[in-house]
Amino acid sequence: MTLHPGPTRSRLDPEPVPRRDMLGLASLWSTALAMLFGMFGIARLPKAAVLSSPSKKFRVTLPETLGPGEVFMPAGRKVALFRDAEGVYAVSTVCTHLGCLVKQAEGGFECPCHGSKFSADGTVTKGPAPQPLPWLKVTAAGGAFTVDEGEMVPPGTKVNA
Amino acid sequence: MNPATTNTAMQEFWQNLRAAPRRIYETAFRSGKPVTDRTRSSFVFGNLFLHLHSVRTHLWSLRWSTTMGLGIASTAAFLITLVTGILLMFYYKPYPDVAYDSIKDIHFVVPTGRFMRNIHRWAANVMVVTVILHMARAFYTAAYRRPREFNWLIGLGLLITTLGLSFTGYLLPWDQLAYWAITIGANIAQSPREVTDAVGITEYFDPGGLQRLLLLGSDEVGSESLIRFYLLHVMILPLVLAALMGVHFWRIRKDGGLAKPEDADARLSGRERDTYPVFTEQPAKTYQLAAIVRGKTEVVNRGPENTVPSMPHLFYAELAVLMLTMLVCLALALVSDAPLKDIANPNIPENPAKAPWYFLGLQELVSFSAFMGGIGIPTIVIIGLGLIPYLDRERTGTGVWFGGPGGWKLVRQAVAYGLGACLAVEALVIRFGWLREWFPNVPQLIVTLINPATLITLLYGAYSVWLVKRYQSARAGALGLFTCFLCGFLVLTIIGTWFRGPNWVFYWSPSDWPRH
Repeated sequence: MTLHPGPTRSRLDPEPVPRRDMLGLASLWSTALAMLFGMFGIARLPKAAVLSSPSKKFRVTLPETLGPGEVFMPAGRKVALFRDAEGVYAVSTVCTHLGCLVKQAEGGFECPCHGSKFSADGTVTKGPAPQPLPWLKVTAAGGAFTVDEGEMVPPGTKVNA
Repeated sequence: MNPATTNTAMQEFWQNLRAAPRRIYETAFRSGKPVTDRTRSSFVFGNLFLHLHSVRTHLWSLRWSTTMGLGIASTAAFLITLVTGILLMFYYKPYPDVAYDSIKDIHFVVPTGRFMRNIHRWAANVMVVTVILHMARAFYTAAYRRPREFNWLIGLGLLITTLGLSFTGYLLPWDQLAYWAITIGANIAQSPREVTDAVGITEYFDPGGLQRLLLLGSDEVGSESLIRFYLLHVMILPLVLAALMGVHFWRIRKDGGLAKPEDADARLSGRERDTYPVFTEQPAKTYQLAAIVRGKTEVVNRGPENTVPSMPHLFYAELAVLMLTMLVCLALALVSDAPLKDIANPNIPENPAKAPWYFLGLQELVSFSAFMGGIGIPTIVIIGLGLIPYLDRERTGTGVWFGGPGGWKLVRQAVAYGLGACLAVEALVIRFGWLREWFPNVPQLIVTLINPATLITLLYGAYSVWLVKRYQSARAGALGLFTCFLCGFLVLTIIGTWFRGPNWVFYWSPSDWPRH
């Protein structure tokens, strides 16, 4: 390979893209890129792949006496269960505003944190809650029922034993 | 071996040993006692911890009314939380099943534990207050102007980090108050979903869910959340704060000390007797170390006239502020215990669940819309604050309280307007409710966009625009807007603290709260 010397340049008339600048910029940008990719790795770690929360599925036996319009709230769960002529359904009691637990109140539920009110089927009637209380998946399991707090179903979905 | 030589060597040895303590002192403090201007100067620049200060301080900076010592007070409060915080770490255990008990141990068993925890809590409160007041001071004296624009941004970062430290510290006791306040806080982080749900794109684009997941490390407040908050509280945020503090202090120095009016020297007339000219001619060069570098620093093109040695004039003033801050924290810690409610119970929400007082204004806003109150408006406020030095490029009034067009008269008017507008909107909402009570089927996006929080912001913004036109000055608009937001913060915080009861219902007094 032969080198073809270009036209001689003076110090006052430098190369259009000085080689030193080119090398400097290349090293600078490759460092920046490497750092950027490193950041992806660093940022990936804190986003948990497996959630540590306990199982959201539980089995529940409804009291025989539970009639239409009455609510059954199993202890330690964030669910309200209802039974009427069409079947059994579960409504989440986690307020859709900021995650407090709603309490049973006249005509439905109310949230102690910012005063949102919901009717018994979860519809928002008052306050800042942006969404109705979701309905949760219920499956009949030999007289009892299994509720999955992690899975929503369209409102109106009811299950018969 | 010659016994005489041994003798001399031994004598020398004993002499040196006797002199060792004095020599250690002399080698540690090489410049000697700071009694002359020369030794006072080397006292400052020969010391790693002091040399962030300039050797001489302008008399204007030493006036009480220039800073009211607020920056130093917040630094002092930080140092107090640092020391007490490290002490608390001896016994605190960041695991849900023992965290609450370890706080109880600190409170009831550990020697001085309760006192230390009280000081830590009060110093944190003092820090939040002084940081906000310090920002107000810098704003009202127009100290953010060229060349201090960037330091204003660093200060904004310090404010956010300070609030972050308070918020993360709030969870650690793992009591009811902590648990539910953090549940609310984490759901505020998730509140962009309010918008993404309303437009139906949450499935593909869910920044809210991601923020909450990163904050909690899980889908509910549990052991992962506690360890994350602990890590943020004792490691990440303090490091960020320390780094920002370093830059903040350094920039004060590099930006030519504290902001002062053009005619500061004339205003100081009568006090020049304390000082003497250091440079008899205008210095041709700046005081930059690298004087060989071309160009000027931002430092004034004048000799350091009207200055006094920082040692002792500035340092003693700083020590006084440090002692005063310590006194306030200790006194508060003696009369008031840090709260500790029942152990966290994920099944029974605290009613009302209240965040620390400085977040109650925000909590009042999120009771209208989680996204607007918790993320939308705070973001607008922070961006607005950050833009102030870049929009107000005027020169009049720098370094003077309420300086600029309009001045104190404008600020008084803005206080009245700011309090009035916020109170009027709150009264309207408390008395008559809002959109959802009037039109039950109103879409969520409308509630998110049009709610009391955005209404107050709009009223303030409109007033500010009017001021800009009226005075033909961005500074006037900024004075009005900043004052309005301070007033709004005050009104909302007071309502949230004293006038909101169970279910976030308005009560004139806590004694009217229903028994349950």
